[in-house]
Parts: sequence; C-alpha cells; structure tokens
Amino acid sequence: MQATDEAPPSSQFHSDADRSANDGPRRAAVYRALSNYKTARDRTGATFTDWKSARAAASTIKHEAVNNLDKYLEQFERNFTARGGKVFWANDSRQARDYILNLAKEKNVKAIVKSKAMTGEEIHLNEALVAEGFGVVESDLGEFIQQLKGEAPYHFVFPCMHLRRDEISDLFNRELGTAKTNSPEELTMIARKVLRRTYIEADMGISGGNFIVADAGMISITENEGNARLTVGVPRIHVALVGIEKVVPRLGDLALLLPMLATAGTGQHLTGYNSMYGGPRQPGENDGPEEFHVVLLDNHRTRLLADPEQRDALHCIRCGACLNVCPIFKNIGGHTYGTTYQGPIGSVITPHFRGLQDWKHLSGASSLCGACTETCPVGIDIHHHLLRNRRNAVTQKPTPLENLMWKAFSFLMRRPRLYSFATKVAPLAAKLHPLVQGTLADPVRVWTDTRDFPEPAAESFRTQFKRHQSTRASQTESTNTTR
Amino acid sequence: MIATSNSSTSSNGDRTQILAKIREALREEAPLKHPAERSAGGEPTTAHFREWLPPVGSSAEERFALFARLSETLKTELHVCTDAAQAAAVIASIAEQCEWKTVALHHGELTDAVDRALPTSLNRVWVDNGYDKEVLEACDAGLSECELLVAQTGSVCVTGPSSGGRVLSVLPPHHLVVARRSQLVTDLTEAYASLATKYRETGYPSMISFITGPSRTGDIERILVLGAHGPKRLTVLLLP
Ligand code: SF4
Repeated sequence: MQATDEAPPSSQFHSDADRSANDGPRRAAVYRALSNYKTARDRTGATFTDWKSARAAASTIKHEAVNNLDKYLEQFERNFTARGGKVFWANDSRQARDYILNLAKEKNVKAIVKSKAMTGEEIHLNEALVAEGFGVVESDLGEFIQQLKGEAPYHFVFPCMHLRRDEISDLFNRELGTAKTNSPEELTMIARKVLRRTYIEADMGISGGNFIVADAGMISITENEGNARLTVGVPRIHVALVGIEKVVPRLGDLALLLPMLATAGTGQHLTGYNSMYGGPRQPGENDGPEEFHVVLLDNHRTRLLADPEQRDALHCIRCGACLNVCPIFKNIGGHTYGTTYQGPIGSVITPHFRGLQDWKHLSGASSLCGACTETCPVGIDIHHHLLRNRRNAVTQKPTPLENLMWKAFSFLMRRPRLYSFATKVAPLAAKLHPLVQGTLADPVRVWTDTRDFPEPAAESFRTQFKRHQSTRASQTESTNTTR
Repeated sequence: MIATSNSSTSSNGDRTQILAKIREALREEAPLKHPAERSAGGEPTTAHFREWLPPVGSSAEERFALFARLSETLKTELHVCTDAAQAAAVIASIAEQCEWKTVALHHGELTDAVDRALPTSLNRVWVDNGYDKEVLEACDAGLSECELLVAQTGSVCVTGPSSGGRVLSVLPPHHLVVARRSQLVTDLTEAYASLATKYRETGYPSMISFITGPSRTGDIERILVLGAHGPKRLTVLLLP
C-alpha cells in the first residue's frame, strides 16, 4: 500500500505501470466499467441548460470558501458546537488517529462500522484501529470488497471497479463461505445480509464528509447505498473525519453542488442519499447518536493552500470524473499511483502533501491532453498544475544531466552552421545506431527499449527547401510571368 | 514543528496553529479563474442556479409530470391517491402480496390518517418515543411523512422532525412515504429556501436527507443493483 522502506515511489510506479499496462483482461474490465459511466454521464450532462455557467458558479463558490477558509471553518465550528457537536482540529494523520483511538477507548467502544471515507485511507485509520483490537467493518459495498481482499481502493469513487463479478464471487466464497454466483444482484445481497448486523451491533460509526456547511453548521454526506445514513444514524457515537478544504459557505450552495457532483461523478441527476447532519440527537428527538464528533484534518492541506498558483486544487469535490476520462488512468490503473487519491487530481496534490521530490514522477503520468481539466465540474486547471509541478521540481532540485542536454541543444540551435552540419551527420549516426542499440552505450536507450527510434530523413528540410527555392526561381525566370 | 501529542479527547486539538497556518497561507491572493455571474451583494446568487440546471417547467402540472417521469427511471413506485384511505388500501395490498407482519411508523397528520385505515392485522411499531433497534430492523416496512418532494431530481426530502427521526426511513427494507401534492417543489434551491423559512426560529433539523430512489449501488462492474443497504423499495403515496 505505502512504499516506506520498500522501493521508492517512482520505481514502484514504473514497475506497476509496466505490469498493469500489459494486463489485458484487467484493462478490459476497467474500460467496460468506464464506458458504462460515460454513457450515464453524457446523458445526464446533456439535460443541463448551461453546464458551463453552472461550472463557473461552482468554481466561484469553492473559490470563495477556500480563500476565506479560516472564517468559514470558525463559523462552522460555532454553529456545530452550539448544538452539542464536538470539533477537533487535527494537524496531521497521527493526531487524527490518536484522537479517534482515545475516543474509542474512553467510550468503551467494541465494534466500529465505517462508511466510505478517503480521509480514513489517507491517515491509515483502519490499520490503527485494528492494531488496538477494535473490530472495524467497511460498509460501502466497494470498500467492503476491498477490505475483504486486503487491498486499497482502486479508485476513490469506484473502489473495486477493476474487479469482475467472478472474482468478487470467488472472494466471497473464500472469505464468507457463500455459494458462488454470477449475478451482481446476488453478490450485493450477500453483502447486505452480512452488514445488516454490524449497524445494529456497532457502538461507533465513522464517516467522511463531502461538504462542511458553514452557515448551517452541518456536514453533508453523499452516497448511494444508504450505508452512510445507517452508519451515522444507528450507533451511539459518530465521528466524521473531514479535510479542512471541504467547506462551502451556505447550505443553499448545495443546490448547485450536489447535482454537479452526481452528474460528474456517476452520471446521476442526484446521488441516492444526500444527507446533512447538524450534530448529535437533540432534545425531543427520538434517535441519532449521543455524541457527534467532527475531526477537521489539515495533514498538509495548508501547504497547498499557501501556493496561490495551485490553490484551486483544493476546490476539488472528489467526484472522480478526472480519473474516469484520463487515458493514463485507464491504462495503468489506480493502484499504480501508490497514492490515496489516484488519477490526475491525485498527481497534482500528492506532491504537495507528501513531498515534491518523492512524487514528482506523477507529474509525468499525463499525456497533457487536458481531458481532466475539461471534465472537472469545478474547473480546476489540472493538467497545467502538472506542468507547474514539473517546473517546481526542477527549480527546487536541478537535474544536471537534463540541464546539460538542454544547454547542448540550445548551443546547437543558436549556431546555424553547426546545426546544418549535425543534420548531415545524423543519417550516418542512424546507420551506426544498430551497433549499440539496447546496450549500455546506447544514448537513447530509454526510448529504444520499447520503440523504434525514428529514422532521420534522407535529406534535411533545409536542403529540400533550398532546392525547392532554386527550382522555383528558375521556373519563374523561364516562364517570366506569362499570367 | 508543532507537537502532535495534543490528541486528548477533551481538547480541541491544534486549533490555533491550524488557523494561524491558514491565515499565513492566505496572505497572497489566488486569482479567480472562472468568474461567475454575481448578485449586487457580490455572491453568486442561488436564483441563477435555476437557469443552468436541468429545466423543470413553471406550472404545477409540469412539476408533477417530471417528478413522475423521474420516479419511473429511479424505480420509485409512485401512487396518486384520492385520500388517506386509498393510500392505506395500496399499502394493504403490498402488505398482503409481500406477507408483511409489521410496519414501523411515526405520528403525523397523514400517517395517522393512513394508520386508521390500515387493516388491524398488520402490526404497528411506533418510533416516536424511541425504539429498540432490533425491533425496527425486523419490521417489514417503514411508513413516514416527508418534508418536501423535489421535481427536478425526483427526490423525497426527509428530516428528523417530519419523518420519524433519522433511521425509520432507511432501516426497514421498504420505505413508504405519504405526502401531499402541495409538498412538491421545483428544485433543490426552492427546497433549501423553504427549509430555511420553516426552521428560521428553531434552527435546522439535525438531519436533512434528500432520498432519490431506493437504495442502489453500481460497485460491481458499474451495473445497477437496487437495495444495497437501505430500502430495496421506495413507494410514494401522493394525496391531493
Ligand atoms: S479534480 Fe475535478 S474532476 Fe477531478 S475529482 Fe476533483 S472535482 Fe472531480
């Protein structure tokens, strides 16, 4: 999952990318899932009267929220605590984990049910809880499957999109002892049956949050299955672990953001359940948790916030659309990234969260086609941020060899005679190339490992141009403007 | 560096430090890349949302037609009833078909009226003064009122006070909603505005949930399956 003392992230990335790109059946499964997504999204997107204006407004709302983050977080805290909620500010993963662990111990918690929370993945919460002896069950179907499989989510919205139904059936058969089946419906019902008890038995529920609503003091959670409704509603203690950037100023802003999240994320008009929670059970209410804790997680988000050029990456509403349209994601798959947040947006933010030099290779995991930027419902300049990360990486730590190559290139380009000479010897060098191809002496080995080196033209452009000019000149002279 | 030992459950963590980091980070302004239309107050007006989102139509008939059409795609079972007795008859026939023994419900003008017309053979579990989770889980259906219905998205908006709490509408395998036609609003903007007006004095309910169709998942090969964890069926009984 996390490359700590193993291979550095970039070599893990390269070897996994190689393996995944060559795994035809897996790629076919991913393509199939994504083409189902695309059909739904195109259909729903087309019902919008004006997607572009909606997107500009969504972007403006998030801009306002993120650029006044302190003000809105304080406003949220004031309103949420006024109704008996508890807010904890966690500087980093460990602090967030420790708080939740301490809480579980103090309150004599035995069983924990979780609904989908990428922040939980980010801080490795499950591992920490299990290590302390707590039973933790993921209730979102995709997350439940990944938990059984002992694998991180493949995609932060579609956790098990890479698995075929027969693989899931085998997994259930092995782990739960259920009969094999080829029907997604039956597989879903197996999970439903297993999980029903956990909601009733759990004494703590843990969720993430899609939006922090400042003016209403609420946390908004978007889901399709109803597992989050149950996770928040049934156990006696609830903890929502949410990144500080999730703020929106007004409850009414959700009237725009919820349909956009649904359309971009899954191609629905609205996701199955969009629920806003304003604290624990209130006097006079018949149910709800006795305690409702919100853990606001920084974990280096303020580092990204401090970069005005890329601050808009914090506008992300985690719809996953940029992954779904990314040609690189489709071919290398989610696990290759080695990050909590995969795909284009993950490649932008991970270097800010976990170190530019260790994660700069992700900036190269892009064809710069811009499909991500175009599809993003909040208009984040995703592919340009990848270029900015590349620039920042070399500014921060120059690469001498690359530098030398560029110097040589510019030296050559500024000297016409030398350049012309080089174009003449190029065909000769190309003739000699097969002698060293594939060996350590091959200067273009990285390229020729997997592809042919393009052959230089027999005649350079300059030579052709000169010849062309002189024939034209002589033609013009001989015909002497007969027209 | 900031110490991370500050994780006692009685503290509020590194509040001061994080707010200071945020203020420091925000000293340099970030450009607004996609300026949206703004109201005189400088905020993007919610009134504009309506011009961009999927159109609904302005008459009550158009609103209803869209709600009915979306219900069909969402697999919400919509029944237009003339009165509570007819709604009760619809429920009674589903109950018979599915061999229900127990229905959970809460008190309210509409639910009480339906309750009076339901056959006595169907057991009732009232959730108003608290309930046993195990008992509620074993119920065949949950009957509730709702706050609003939303035409643009085909949603049912439930809240704690209007719908018997946080769990009645999601734990039993079949959710029955009884509502009046006048509760149908155009879109989410109108829904939020109406909640804001209704709860101005008391503050928002501690739970507001927009339910759009029965529980569903696409996690296996992105193929739609109904009834993942919440209700497998959602029935809306619409009274005049
Ligand atoms: S960057 Fe944009 S497209 Fe990608 S997940 Fe975030 S909001 Fe969605």
